[in-house]
Amino acid sequence: MSRVAAYLPIAAVVALAAVVPLVVTSNTVINFLVFTLIVAVAAQGWNLLGGYGGQYSFGHAAFFGTGAYVTALLQTQAGWNPWATVLLGILAGAAVGAVIGFLSFRSGLRGSYFALITLAFAEVFRILANAAGITGGAAGVLIRLDVRPENFQFASRGTFFWVGLAVVAIGLVLTRAIERSRFGAHLVAVRENEDAARALGVDPLRVKLLAITLSAGLTAASGGLYAQYFLFLDAGIAYGAWISVEALVAPIIGGIGTVFGPLVGAVVLQGLGHLTGHLAGEIPGISLVVFGALLILAVAFAPDGATGMAGRLWRRWRRPATPTTTPTATGGERC
Amino acid sequence: MLRVEHVTRRFGGLVAVNDVSLTVAPGRITGLIGPNGAGKTTLFAVIAGFVAPSAGRVLLDDIDVTAEPPHRRAVRGIARTFQVVQPFAGLTVRENIAVGAHLRHRARAEALCRAEAIAAEVGLSAALDEPAAGLTVAGRKRLELARALATEPRLLLLDEVLAGLNPSEIRDMIPVVRGLRDRGITILMVEHVMQAVMALSEHIYVLAEGRLIAEGAPETVARDARVIEAYLGHGAAARLDRARAGHG
Repeated sequence: MSRVAAYLPIAAVVALAAVVPLVVTSNTVINFLVFTLIVAVAAQGWNLLGGYGGQYSFGHAAFFGTGAYVTALLQTQAGWNPWATVLLGILAGAAVGAVIGFLSFRSGLRGSYFALITLAFAEVFRILANAAGITGGAAGVLIRLDVRPENFQFASRGTFFWVGLAVVAIGLVLTRAIERSRFGAHLVAVRENEDAARALGVDPLRVKLLAITLSAGLTAASGGLYAQYFLFLDAGIAYGAWISVEALVAPIIGGIGTVFGPLVGAVVLQGLGHLTGHLAGEIPGISLVVFGALLILAVAFAPDGATGMAGRLWRRWRRPATPTTTPTATGGERC
Repeated sequence: MLRVEHVTRRFGGLVAVNDVSLTVAPGRITGLIGPNGAGKTTLFAVIAGFVAPSAGRVLLDDIDVTAEPPHRRAVRGIARTFQVVQPFAGLTVRENIAVGAHLRHRARAEALCRAEAIAAEVGLSAALDEPAAGLTVAGRKRLELARALATEPRLLLLDEVLAGLNPSEIRDMIPVVRGLRDRGITILMVEHVMQAVMALSEHIYVLAEGRLIAEGAPETVARDARVIEAYLGHGAAARLDRARAGHG
């Protein structure tokens, strides 16, 4: 696949999405879409580590919350510019990722043990944030309303949609670039078989540390966006299990270990969540029921997610006569 | 090229490898044989860095690599295959081999290219875009070999690459292994298929119950009374001699 062919779908999807605020005027819809983009970014972060690296985290809230709190608190407490604090939030989230990664991968934690330890870290952060004075405790942090672009606050929700879309685009490009790199090959090798990877000269600890650092940084960016959009945080939002769940369910529904999986999954999840919210009335927790049901369906019938299923249906539709799907493209550059 | 000095490995009370020393000369095929449970695979794991020895040293070109992890040894030029094949099941054959090729080639395109060339060398060209999970046993053995080759090793450790293959597949595989030696790759092979190891090896070490019991040229080792007893049981050598005398 040439470089252009590799990035063209990303450009197309982003360009198409960028038109949405121009045609959709409903604030409710834009609001919904912005939230979906924020979830998509967190999910993209999770997908780097979980989808490509096979390390299933249950505690990406630790990174989301760190990004959100650093973004918010450096503004409210130190008076720094939010564009700068979002960047610092990303760095802080990445650093938390590196530390958690070092502690757990160094001790050889894998599978459900890794999932549990990340969950535990996120819960500890939530409890600490709820108790600490600097985070505003249970009352939370309120970012002062001051609508100016240089203040990362926008008069129109459409503008925020574009900002969120830009971050999603960065996530898509980053994921594709990793897919096409040596690091990406090593990451996938570690996911598939760690011993075999070691025999081929791959240092699994190094690979997993880099993956969790990037993954955490991206999810922290999602937290920063959240803080700037809603201008309010408390421990339950920032470090709550809800975001850990969304970040991992979206890629699984959309297509784990694929570039577009997290975005597609986030759209499907949020869309269906809203729809059932409308149909079933405001039954508390109904969206979680939908998530659970979708997760079961995905695991049972489409382990490669919505994007994988769409691909299979597309191939079947294209060539209904030939049951054997022989790969037509060789997939490799000419040597 | 490779020197193993007084290596011992204990697992609890079991001594899997007991004070084994051996040398592998550059540019040759050295065989390591022995009955089941002799400690061959453990010794391999020690050489490749997957298992730390309880005592003893492993030297590559006179450099002590005993404390180095497997990936560092791979960089030095040691590659291994696994007795129980370990494919990256979710990846295609091409992607599998490319992981090995990435050791010496950073660029993705280059690694994929190398993978294609190596697949041709071991006879996997037709399966390049198939998922590794779909390969036959023979195909998986070839894939193990291809991945190890892709790291451009100087010393290749082959752990039973012929086991589980049928006679015609073995016949196909033997020239492949010999071709690698001719290209200058030093080979140490653990093998159960006696006919193949006798045909390929220039020097053989025999391991039984963790100890080295014999070494030498294939013909010498095959006649060694201790080796026959290790394989066929106590008194077997004498019975064989009597049988031969009877026929003669």
